[in-house]
Amino acid sequence: LNGKPIVSIISAGMSKFGKREGLLTRELFSEAAFEAFTRCPKLDPKKDIKAMFIGHMGEAYEHQGHTGSTIADWAGLTGIPATRTEAACASSGAALRSGIYAVLSGLADVVVVGGAEKMTHRTTSEVTEYLAMASDYPFEQWHGITFPGLFALMATAHMHTYGTTEEQLALVAVKNHYHGSLNPKAHMQKEITLQMAMTSRYVAWPLKLYDCSLITDGASCIVITKPELADKYTDQPVHIVGSAQASDTIGLYERKSLTSLNATKIAAKTAYDMAQLKPKEIELAEVHDCFTFAELMAYEDLGFCKIGESGKLIESGQTRIGGKIPVNTSGGLKAKGHPVGATGTAQAYEMYLQLTGQAGKRQVKDAKVGLTHNIGGSGATSVVHIYRGTQ
Amino acid sequence: MSVQEPFTIEQFYKFLGQQKLMAGKCLKCGKIHLPPRPLCDNCLSQDFEWVSISGKGKLLTYTFIHIAPEQFQALVPYAVGIVELENGLKIPGMIQKINQEQLKIGMALTLDFGTCSSPQQWPQWPRYCFRP
Repeated sequence: LNGKPIVSIISAGMSKFGKREGLLTRELFSEAAFEAFTRCPKLDPKKDIKAMFIGHMGEAYEHQGHTGSTIADWAGLTGIPATRTEAACASSGAALRSGIYAVLSGLADVVVVGGAEKMTHRTTSEVTEYLAMASDYPFEQWHGITFPGLFALMATAHMHTYGTTEEQLALVAVKNHYHGSLNPKAHMQKEITLQMAMTSRYVAWPLKLYDCSLITDGASCIVITKPELADKYTDQPVHIVGSAQASDTIGLYERKSLTSLNATKIAAKTAYDMAQLKPKEIELAEVHDCFTFAELMAYEDLGFCKIGESGKLIESGQTRIGGKIPVNTSGGLKAKGHPVGATGTAQAYEMYLQLTGQAGKRQVKDAKVGLTHNIGGSGATSVVHIYRGTQ
Repeated sequence: MSVQEPFTIEQFYKFLGQQKLMAGKCLKCGKIHLPPRPLCDNCLSQDFEWVSISGKGKLLTYTFIHIAPEQFQALVPYAVGIVELENGLKIPGMIQKINQEQLKIGMALTLDFGTCSSPQQWPQWPRYCFRP
């Protein structure tokens, strides 16, 4: 594709993220859909939208499966094909990929891709159990290894190999909470101090409470179409110029490396090649900071710094808004929140706002090229997209 | 060793219940699988033989779990790690009879076969663990 637009984003919507008591997943999604529909007056949703792909991880939360059609129904789009995509925390990253397949196939010109999850009505212990289902059952879950535990195993190995410190992990939390304080839709909109992060209780050593993303309710979606049709709907489309997804072994223990995610490396290389861009040409990124350590590992796997030097990169401040490559301007999973099924397209929503100059107080000046990185489980799925604005 | 048993995770745990740590060796490409698989992920062959693996290994990485699902909550904080056995085979598990100060990457650990505690319900898999 040689850097040409693959598909174009013509609209986007996101519910307020947070503790959304009394709402079901379908109702949260209708909030995101309404924003996407009203943001693009030239779009006639009932006439133009031909398919829907919805990321949703767990039917255990609400005793509700069959989420594709459920959500299409509550978005007022009954009749169109609607399919749930499940790839754990990368479920809506995978939905976006499915939407791209649908548009490129020619079967559907305008497609809604999104995701949603309602989590906060469950106890922490229940959520811990449901999230762990994204990892290997017979050897990881069965032996008491939790989801934070898997990232803690990687963090321990990284600290041992490269000298990464708990303070460097905490700096990711401080930065992302600062960014979250600038996002009116973020779950947590308060800054935290390094001391607060460093003295919070352990969840899975060396990861503490402030190293973990939030249990959050939320929904998000974007509307995509063929690049040649984008002008019909908006004079400010955002083009997707790189799109890739890769997989790895479900068990962390079977992987060659414990300090890097091979699926991310593969997806990143494919997406960079497709976009004909190098890591240093990326101006901002939303990366999958389900845990602070995951953001550091993403810096390395995406080529923002050399292997082993992510601790130095966070210390340099270059990934804050105002730095060379702001990362997680939305607040990331850490402060904006992580309603797992919604996360992939919530990243795309942030990129849409940034590249159309609509990100308010957290706007990255003159942003033109951005990247999103969405991983599932402990990294058995990784989805990378590269975006180019047209402003 | 008999070749009658299927190369499955269920069978791996059955052997474990008999105090045997067994892996599946691909007869075509020689790759050893722990846990065993019915299809070799390297050469896509279905032909295997069982090989016995030593339970002695070294610790590659570890964590202490402080927040756990309900069924493990009584054990917190507990240590889990990934252990490298012979031939570069790796397996995760709990590490028992050790405190955090004693845990070191690279230290020698031995697999303890454990027992199957829930004979009525699927899955009937013994919970092995590692010890210094």
